[in-house]
Amino acid sequence: METTAINNNFKSEEYFINMGPQHPATHGVLRLLLTIDGEIIKKVEPDLGYIHRSIEKMSERDSYQQIVHLTDRMDYLSSHINNEAVCLTVENALQLEIPDRVKVIRTIIGELTRIASHTLWWGVMGMDVGALTTYFYGFRDRELINDIFEETCGARLTMNYNIPGGLMFDIHPNFVKRVKEFITHFKTKLPEYDTLLSGNVIFQKRTKGVGILSKEDAISFGASGPVGRGSGYSCDVRKHHPYSALDKVKFNEVLRTEGDTFARYAVRIEEMWESMSIIEQLIDNIPEGDHQVATNAVIKLPKGEYYQRVETARGELGVYVISTGTKNPYRLKFRSPGFSNLSLLNHIAVGGKIGDLVASMATLDIVVPDIDR
Amino acid sequence: MGLTKDYKTEGMTNEALQNLISSWNPELEFSEENSQFLNITVQPEGLHQLMSQLKSNNETLFDYLFCLSGVDWGEELGVVYHLESTTYRHTIVVKVQTGDRETPTLDSVHDIWATADFHEREVFDFFGIKFNNHPNLKRLFLTEDWVGFPLRKDYVDEINMVIK
Repeated sequence: METTAINNNFKSEEYFINMGPQHPATHGVLRLLLTIDGEIIKKVEPDLGYIHRSIEKMSERDSYQQIVHLTDRMDYLSSHINNEAVCLTVENALQLEIPDRVKVIRTIIGELTRIASHTLWWGVMGMDVGALTTYFYGFRDRELINDIFEETCGARLTMNYNIPGGLMFDIHPNFVKRVKEFITHFKTKLPEYDTLLSGNVIFQKRTKGVGILSKEDAISFGASGPVGRGSGYSCDVRKHHPYSALDKVKFNEVLRTEGDTFARYAVRIEEMWESMSIIEQLIDNIPEGDHQVATNAVIKLPKGEYYQRVETARGELGVYVISTGTKNPYRLKFRSPGFSNLSLLNHIAVGGKIGDLVASMATLDIVVPDIDR
Repeated sequence: MGLTKDYKTEGMTNEALQNLISSWNPELEFSEENSQFLNITVQPEGLHQLMSQLKSNNETLFDYLFCLSGVDWGEELGVVYHLESTTYRHTIVVKVQTGDRETPTLDSVHDIWATADFHEREVFDFFGIKFNNHPNLKRLFLTEDWVGFPLRKDYVDEINMVIK
């Protein structure tokens, strides 16, 4: 009698299991096909597309103002920075002179977004490796940022605060005060993250030496953001291709050379300190001026090709626009950081155990809508 | 940490890049029109050789493929590669086109940059461009039985697409 096991090309002791699409560790609707020998992973194959909305195709029929709104449905934890990427593309193409006030506010909110994203990541990272308390700590601090966003932007997650030409409206009168309050608060809370999780022996055993990615591989796989920097690869777009007010502030690019799960973890923790430093440098010096410049109601980019890179909380987001001079892009491609970072999952997980895969995947910080654009 | 870096490092100028690369293959077309980068257009036959030279040549060292996009130019289908050197920090764009819309085929560059594996699968999924020597060329987002290639300009789906 023929069995299915013989028809498949598995060796007798290998089998495969599904992880996801409904699995807490995949952080969304991502399905992983794991080929396993005992508990050792032989192959990880991501199966994508469960929530693909074809934002790139939709963009070809939408106006540039509308495309901005689609982008915060990609990496929703970096929504402000995604919006900014499209706005910068349009503004650079039209050679608009953006007021300094807009640049500074964009940068402050961008860095707040990064902290909010990293606190959420830290919460679920702990939860993925079995430390439930971190989730509540992370959400406690993230709520405060969301409250600031709600007051100024009117939304907590998909903010849509950027428009081509500036900001949709000026900041709320409480904005400066509340941001300062948050920074004071978070400076006392961020060290708790280290005492609670970073120094924990179980946590360190779960993460140190696990999921190692060399610098050469990081570059070859197109890793960016904390994933690349955890491998010692200097890839911070904010440093290499500064945009908005990032060329006016001093901050360090956080680099670690170990390339393991703990290094990627430590980079994100350290980045929150750097983000706070950026905000502190700017928050007292928001220039006076307009919060937007007038643009035509119908925006037509001159014929040509445009590329804009920004650093989201996950890494390098690229917006590639081919314009034929009409009100819609002829082709618009989003180079999303999660897509490239996910592609190296198989590389770092093979040879480890399923538990290691969960820990490694947590530090890739995957947001599935960013991959399924 | 504690690494001091010079973020101002500029690699070769576009002119120097053009002079060097055109000496490898005189048939390449260069353009800086309507783009912030130097654009090279290469014939499909010369693609793989040019790409491996761009990566391995000590003066160019384009080791970071930061974007790989499929494009439907109407008559032709093609791929646009955005490359950067992490050593010199210069950038370049390589374009390749094929006029064959029935069975468009290009060489894979996954052996040069590992990130091309997923990106080429995405292009195959949405544009139907096949990549020679790709290790796992199958649809990435859509299901295996999907008919057509949605990001092509001549794709029609009267049920699922809202045309304004």
